[in-house]
Amino acid sequence: MAHIAIADQVSDLHDPDTFITKYIWSQDHKVIAIQYGCTAIFVGLVALVLSGMMRLQLGFPDAFDFINPSAYLQFVTMHGMIMVIYLLTALLLGGFGNYLIPLMIGARDMVFPYLNMLSYWTYLLAVLVLLASFFVPGGSTGAGWTLYPPQAILQGTPGYDWGIILMLVSLAIFIVAFTMGGLNYVTTVLQARTHGMTLMRMPLTIWGIFTATVLGLLAFPALLVSAIMMLLDKTIGTSFFMPAILSMGEQLDYSGGSPILFQHLFWFFGHPEVYIVALPAFGMVSDVLAVHARKNIFGYRMMVWAIVAIGGLSFIVWAHHMYVSGMNPAFGFFFATTTLIIAVPTAIKVYNWVLTLWRGNIHLTVPMLFAIGFIFTFTHGGLTGLFLGNVVVDLPLSDTYFVVAHFHMVMGVSPVMVLFAAIYHWYPLMTGRMFNKTLGQWHFWLTFLGTYAIYLPMHYLGFLGVPRRYYAMSGTDFIPDSAQALNASITVSAIIVGVVQILFIINVIWSLRYGRKAHKNPWCATSLEWQTPDLPPKHGNWGAQLPRVYRWAYDFSVPNAKHDFIPQNFSQDEVEWLDESGRHKGIGE
Amino acid sequence: MLLAIVLVLLVVGSLVFHFMSPWWFTPLASNWGSIDSTINITFWVTGAVFIAVNIFLAYCVYRYRHQHHRRSHYEPENKKLETWLMAITTVGVAAMLAPGLIVWAKFVEVPAEAHVIEAVGQQWQWSFRLPGKDGKLGTVDTRHISASNPFGINPNDSAGLDDVLVFDSELHLPIDKPVKIELRSKDVLHNFAVSEFRVKMDLVPGLVSYLWLTPTKLGRYDILCMELCGLAHYAMRGNVVVESEADYQRWVNSQATFASSQQRVVGDAQLGKALYATCGGCHGQQGEGNRAMNAPALSGQSASYMARQLVNFKQGIRGQHPKDSYGQQMAAMANLLADQSAIDHVVAYIQSLPKPQLTATISNGDRQSGHGYFVNCGACHGSQGEGNSALNAPALVGLDDWYIKRQLLNFKQGIRGTHNKDTHGRQMMLMARLLNDEQAIDDLLTYINSL
Amino acid sequence: MKILQSLFEKPWLAQAGEAVMPQTSGLMPQRIALRFFLAAVSVLFFLFIITFLSRSQYPDFVPLAGQPWQPFTDSGQLWINSAILLLASLAMQWGVYSSARGQLNASLVALILALLFTVAFMLAQFMVWQQLMALGYYVGSNPANSFYYLLTAIHALHLFGGLLVLLAVIYRFFRSAALPRLHNSLALCASYWHYLLVLWMILFLLLTSRSETYAAIAALCGF
Repeated sequence: MAHIAIADQVSDLHDPDTFITKYIWSQDHKVIAIQYGCTAIFVGLVALVLSGMMRLQLGFPDAFDFINPSAYLQFVTMHGMIMVIYLLTALLLGGFGNYLIPLMIGARDMVFPYLNMLSYWTYLLAVLVLLASFFVPGGSTGAGWTLYPPQAILQGTPGYDWGIILMLVSLAIFIVAFTMGGLNYVTTVLQARTHGMTLMRMPLTIWGIFTATVLGLLAFPALLVSAIMMLLDKTIGTSFFMPAILSMGEQLDYSGGSPILFQHLFWFFGHPEVYIVALPAFGMVSDVLAVHARKNIFGYRMMVWAIVAIGGLSFIVWAHHMYVSGMNPAFGFFFATTTLIIAVPTAIKVYNWVLTLWRGNIHLTVPMLFAIGFIFTFTHGGLTGLFLGNVVVDLPLSDTYFVVAHFHMVMGVSPVMVLFAAIYHWYPLMTGRMFNKTLGQWHFWLTFLGTYAIYLPMHYLGFLGVPRRYYAMSGTDFIPDSAQALNASITVSAIIVGVVQILFIINVIWSLRYGRKAHKNPWCATSLEWQTPDLPPKHGNWGAQLPRVYRWAYDFSVPNAKHDFIPQNFSQDEVEWLDESGRHKGIGE
Repeated sequence: MLLAIVLVLLVVGSLVFHFMSPWWFTPLASNWGSIDSTINITFWVTGAVFIAVNIFLAYCVYRYRHQHHRRSHYEPENKKLETWLMAITTVGVAAMLAPGLIVWAKFVEVPAEAHVIEAVGQQWQWSFRLPGKDGKLGTVDTRHISASNPFGINPNDSAGLDDVLVFDSELHLPIDKPVKIELRSKDVLHNFAVSEFRVKMDLVPGLVSYLWLTPTKLGRYDILCMELCGLAHYAMRGNVVVESEADYQRWVNSQATFASSQQRVVGDAQLGKALYATCGGCHGQQGEGNRAMNAPALSGQSASYMARQLVNFKQGIRGQHPKDSYGQQMAAMANLLADQSAIDHVVAYIQSLPKPQLTATISNGDRQSGHGYFVNCGACHGSQGEGNSALNAPALVGLDDWYIKRQLLNFKQGIRGTHNKDTHGRQMMLMARLLNDEQAIDDLLTYINSL
Repeated sequence: MKILQSLFEKPWLAQAGEAVMPQTSGLMPQRIALRFFLAAVSVLFFLFIITFLSRSQYPDFVPLAGQPWQPFTDSGQLWINSAILLLASLAMQWGVYSSARGQLNASLVALILALLFTVAFMLAQFMVWQQLMALGYYVGSNPANSFYYLLTAIHALHLFGGLLVLLAVIYRFFRSAALPRLHNSLALCASYWHYLLVLWMILFLLLTSRSETYAAIAALCGF
């Protein structure tokens, strides 16, 4: 049968006509993206509050009644799990992936809109199951976000009964949701690109999201395997991960299983997960930097190769989370080597971001502030990763606050900086209005400086050897009282940063209604999503005719062109050129 | 402009913080100076990159800020520059990795002359086992673990009979002798970490992991559990004492062996009856306690707990604090018991007494809120407050509530549980912190009274 | 390998002329999605198998075959089940062929046969479970049993998912009766069935091996 490329097929999209099909059971990728985004931000706020409560206990021990050791561990666990899976993964791929893929590659929608809708509702179900675990007897699980057995399913850990079961079930549901969404994203990127959109003309955002999705499709099964097997260990007494063991002095009926096996499975998922979050962020920040520096991303090809290389390497570094887990120490040689190798493509990306600014024409807009903030925090977090990846240096530092500071810097603050950059950058596209600049600047400065005030000192608690996941530090000889003062200052910063996010929420909601109406393509960007006939784009995105692409997404400041940007859908004839003596006309903010 | 200045200030500030910080690695007390050297190399390399990248970033932000007549330079890529940067990065990475791997090889390979000791973890306590005269540890199996054989030593393995068992959480090590510490867990994951030694390793149920080191500095250091092991994870503390060979031998000789621990005779209630006469004056003839004398009921308590407390009183581990006047009284009385067997006899007699009928004196608390606190107590003391000898946790239901309250206050105020050797007391001190005030204690006791 | 080549293009160089259609693989998007899905399923089972092999080297592991009294030393019943699944797969394939030739009735018969054989396979698998339990081989009593129940259950779950999709295809066909579209959907279903057949054969061989075989494979994998 003759094959017709999707871009050439006659569109059979029917405009939804009722409120329900338009906004609730919507199959429009943009609405689904917003649904994903709002849900993710909502659970993210829950997790933010949980982290605030943890910090209150650490900064001012004994001052708060309701924070006892089991509640503390529950806060730690739920904060971690929500932030990593239900906020970052969902917002970056479900939210931005959904919104940007069809628009950036010139498609009318995802290839499977119905599946896309199912994906969101399944995700919502996962979130609800997760939140329900707060209210079951015994509360949510307090096993740490890594959910290591045996303790995760044994007495002595909060939520060892219902909490852990709901957590595992919720994860399984999430994986189903992610798989449905992920199949959509990869297929859309591969098959639904418009005329002229070759792979190497795709913006880096799409490269990042695409590679991350492939990683997700191949890595999440590992989490599913471990969740299913642990669920069976818990409910029907199999011994996959459970060795002969005592609990509270009683002999249990398990024998022969291996807790380390779980850790291998978990991190076989867990490490790619880091890049599932990082790669879309890498991609989006590249685009934000290029647009606001009015310069092509430096070394585009190298950036693409680096994304692909990092994606591939991320599957063979997982055991660097397990140097002190009791696994065969000989593995340390291999995994330290692969881990430090992955630093090379990552470093290249950092260099190229900075080199994009070099000899640019930098507009310090709010998204650009966040993007530059990202370069700083990511450099910091990436460099501390070299400590932990190098196996012997990890010996004194693992399981201390150094680890906490490192992964918050690299996987918490940095992607969140990009998320803010992205939200501010694409806000006009999504809503048709501009956000309030002053509020945005305040939001940036307080968030950027505040987070650094949280995490820089935290590394030093780690050098000292202060262990993580401790409800209270007192009663040791080596931790000086000044460490408590440091902890208090970290808590104050954390509370400030937490409260500052209200500025962001206010800005987003207020501008929705009262923001200045955005011009078409307000940042003078080149990529396709800004070239839609309507702002915000309507259902079907492109009106009667799909755009045709004649160039890459980074034709900024091309010599002799009249404007300092040429959209991707401008053919060579449509571009206005300057004559030899002509002065160009700059394009303002 | 502002952003450029802030970026520079952040770099400078980070450096200042780094060099001024009083929070830094603890002074090294083992042979692992090579780990510290690797860390220093890593600091030099990463520090240089941190400064270079961010200063250049700040320079770009300032120098290439938006100006109306400027246009960005058009340069899609620069092969030469990128290749150079990649090469330099690779060299930097290799400079960190190579020494790291060399040191790791040393860590993996235990020297032949290292002596072996075993650290055993359980929720939330440490204990230790040393080979006896034969220099060999006996074989073990989780299935052998019981109240009388807490290490699970194979009773049929003759190598295990002379194993030295250390039941409290303080380990002694001779200075300047390499030691291989084998790690074993009875229940969940734990981690043996001593900051001053630099090395740490998880304890995994079902297998034996290890680490090795040579202590190089006399002193007493904290052992922390560094792998989340349940809700009292933060209270799983121990100590390691590095001392001279002679002191070490003295310490080893004072510990029980597996054989001797198995031979311990059960107390004789008949003999205990005579000894109990002195106790009965305050605690009542039936061990029912007497509030007017501030003497708690005894007959509801487990034998192991009472025996341990009598030893503690006798050895000055409990009842020495100037504010603990009742404890001081008890310490004097405990001294009347001549030796371990006297303690065993009297405890055996108390066990034969009928369970006490206690009257609740605290009922003004909020039971619901008390239940919230009790979740954290029940993990060791049992969900019904019945106690758990395997975890060294006494029963709470057979005890007078006013007595529990006083002890909780003592723990909170550092009157009880501060002695170095009072392992379980120290743990209780950390746990008691979650009760912020007297109201919280009353809530909790109201709940316990309802069990 | 076209994709690899294209990674070396220099996209900033102006390419004269029309905006050409990008090189896509020429496959239906559904087939691409199916391939990625099967890749994810393969990873899932690959990891299950790896954990199974590593678990098989622990001393408490008692394989289900090897000694005369063990249930799968004679695995005749499982061979019969495999034959049923093979028939289901063949019926699917027949359905694809006939729908390509426009033989509506034949393809419907084939579809229904495939449905029946698949359900029969699942029932037969369930009967094996019951036999195992009657012999005292419970889920929790040995890791080999646990893995047998687990892997067969997950495999059956995938078949069940396939059945749901197949039913949806049939339903849609009865509503719109567009034969080419039916053919496309059927071709995808058939690939899925073949995949699950191959997967079952791998699981079958693995789960009914003897301990020497496990030891050999494990040694090969370096456990």
